[in-house]
Amino acid sequence: MNCANCSLLKLDLPRLGARLRDGARLMIGQGDYDAYAAHRRARHPAEAVMSREQYFFERQTRRFGEGGAFRCC
Amino acid sequence: MPKPGPLSEIVSVLLWAGVGGAAIFALFTLAASRAEPVNAIWLVIAAVCVFAIGYRFYALFIAQRVLRLDARRLTPAHRLHDGLDYVPTDKYVLFGHHFAAIAGAGPLVGPVLAAQMGYLPGTLWLLAGVVLAGAVQDFLMLAISTRRDGRSLGELVKSEIGPKAGQVALIGILAIVVIVTAVLGLVVVKALAHSPWGAFTVVSTLPIALVMGVYGRFVRPGRVGEMAAIGVAALLASLVAGRFVAENETLAACFAFKGETLAFLLIGYGFCSSVLPVWLLLAPRDYLATFLKIGTIMALALGVLVVWPTLKMPAVSRFIDGTGPVFAGSLFPFLFVTIACGAVSGFHALVASGTTPKMIADETQARFIGYGAMLMESFVAIMALVAASALEPGVYFAMNSPQALIGATPELAAAAISSWGFATTPDALSEVAARVGEQSILSRSGGAPTLAVGMAEILASVVRFAGATSFWYHFAILFEALFILTTIDSATRIARFMILDLAGAFAPTLREKTFAANLVATTLAVSGWGWFLYQGVVDPLGGINSLWPLFGVANQMLAAIALTLCTVVLFRMKREAYAFVAAAPAAWIYACTLAAAFEKIFHPDPRIGFLAHAEKFSRALTNGELLAPTASAAEMQRIILNDYVDAAMAALFVSLVLMMAAFALFAIRGALRSPGVTTLETQDELCELQPAQT
Repeated sequence: MNCANCSLLKLDLPRLGARLRDGARLMIGQGDYDAYAAHRRARHPAEAVMSREQYFFERQTRRFGEGGAFRCC
Repeated sequence: MPKPGPLSEIVSVLLWAGVGGAAIFALFTLAASRAEPVNAIWLVIAAVCVFAIGYRFYALFIAQRVLRLDARRLTPAHRLHDGLDYVPTDKYVLFGHHFAAIAGAGPLVGPVLAAQMGYLPGTLWLLAGVVLAGAVQDFLMLAISTRRDGRSLGELVKSEIGPKAGQVALIGILAIVVIVTAVLGLVVVKALAHSPWGAFTVVSTLPIALVMGVYGRFVRPGRVGEMAAIGVAALLASLVAGRFVAENETLAACFAFKGETLAFLLIGYGFCSSVLPVWLLLAPRDYLATFLKIGTIMALALGVLVVWPTLKMPAVSRFIDGTGPVFAGSLFPFLFVTIACGAVSGFHALVASGTTPKMIADETQARFIGYGAMLMESFVAIMALVAASALEPGVYFAMNSPQALIGATPELAAAAISSWGFATTPDALSEVAARVGEQSILSRSGGAPTLAVGMAEILASVVRFAGATSFWYHFAILFEALFILTTIDSATRIARFMILDLAGAFAPTLREKTFAANLVATTLAVSGWGWFLYQGVVDPLGGINSLWPLFGVANQMLAAIALTLCTVVLFRMKREAYAFVAAAPAAWIYACTLAAAFEKIFHPDPRIGFLAHAEKFSRALTNGELLAPTASAAEMQRIILNDYVDAAMAALFVSLVLMMAAFALFAIRGALRSPGVTTLETQDELCELQPAQT
């Protein structure tokens, strides 16, 4: 494929895909685990970091538990 | 960034003049169509141009002049970063999150009901309401909460207006949760009653969600993508299987529920599901509901943009005088409470002061996320209005008028509706029912079935296959029922927490949330909304007719509270010169809410006023008469009691709104007397702690 726009598409597609994936996960209350883990390791190196599964369960409980997100009608 | 030269300035002026001209031309075309039907393209052009102008100019004015948003100010996501709730998030990802949280059944149902007055009143209110009120409220709330550590609406009212006002807001929120749950439950009952296909697919979502829940908990923990794929595949299979259930007499009899039965099933379901662990039922169904919702909204928008349907509803119908069969009451104030979500919705204030402000990476993005997402929701509402207005008006009124007005057979209905000036035939009504795979489409009020027929007609002309209309119809019903059930479940939980919190003020042991306390609070929450749901189901006018305005009043009352808070905050920030940005829409919402609530209580027409309705039934009772559809004096008594409860509910809303206004006036007086800024933002000290960073 030789077109002027291809390089543009190639540049943006992975970023667009990542945004769609992150967006879809955040819509159901699941944040970015890698960002969480990186943050915990950088700021609180002495403390334990939840595993991916633990993080998932924590977020799930948080979304629907007390003080969880209000959703509109 | 280089400063824009004079040339680009000229281009910009010309461009925006063109957008403004296009908006005016499209609106003129819509309003001036008297003789022949107009194409939906004009509605879409008008909406897009008005939204673009609102975003480019008004939202920018609010960002720069009113709030003076500053990208250098640290947001709670950075300051309180914990990797969990407080996380700086990409603005497009956060936009998606915020949009998914604010868009629900509201923007799809309200405009459908309002279409009885023609498409023009609804369109004008949606466009003016969102640009000047709804999106402003969401934007201001998001920015205000972001500058205060992402605190919730209740906490903000408490800290900015006063502790008593905070309690008033909390009681208001609880009352709203109860009414919203009941009315949304009623929408589901109306859509599923006597519909074996619909009932079968919705019942199937329970085992499907259970399987997904177990899979995501034990088999492959946390694999949301796989869970959703399994769920969507199983849902589609149940949709296909539903047709066979409907066609098989024995099976169809099992799933053809009466309205009352469905109401009790729903109440039982609400109780059970809200005491089960979230991972088992609520979370997996929420995943399905969320993804289906986004997918269906996109499909509807694409469908409209591909098909460009013609609007068959008149621009303005004769029912602006308040005699409409869908909901009773005149254009003012009832149009403005019927369309809440899509124009201005108080519920959004809870979302905008919930999770979103904790994730916003830079406060200037509040304009894109708060104002922008609300514009997008308004666009969804416009699409729903298109889908409803593209139906034959005869079909629209057959679906949305109560049986008491149009009778129970296609012959009676066609005669009644034709006499209103919307010519239709019994064959036409039966033909639509057959095409969507239902026994009857008469009196399926509540908006969801109408939208489903509208969507099915649009989608079936894009994706054509045998039985496409009935498939898409039941797909749309399934998707609405799915996320309404999720709302019922989570609203019951929220109501339970609030009841325990409020009761905990008197009996602190309840704060410990023992199993028994939880059960009692859940029972209270479920019986609260169950009461309104059941009375709506047995209501002779179909429930929606009298209860939807109560729901609208409740939702708008919350908007009034939110906009009042924004006004007070602007005064306390010493930006009173710009307070009109929040005060003007607040005043309008106060006028609509109070007028609607007063009319619902005191209007002499028994179709509108609860007291007049009670009076009519009491008089009949003393004369020894029975009014349809009651069969005994006890039922008559129950209807009278219901009327008094509804009137008391409306009176509660009026008093909450008035108390809020009084508290706000005191707070404003205090702010005006004080020489300096009194608002409690967290940013000032933080700017010193953390030098500005770009």
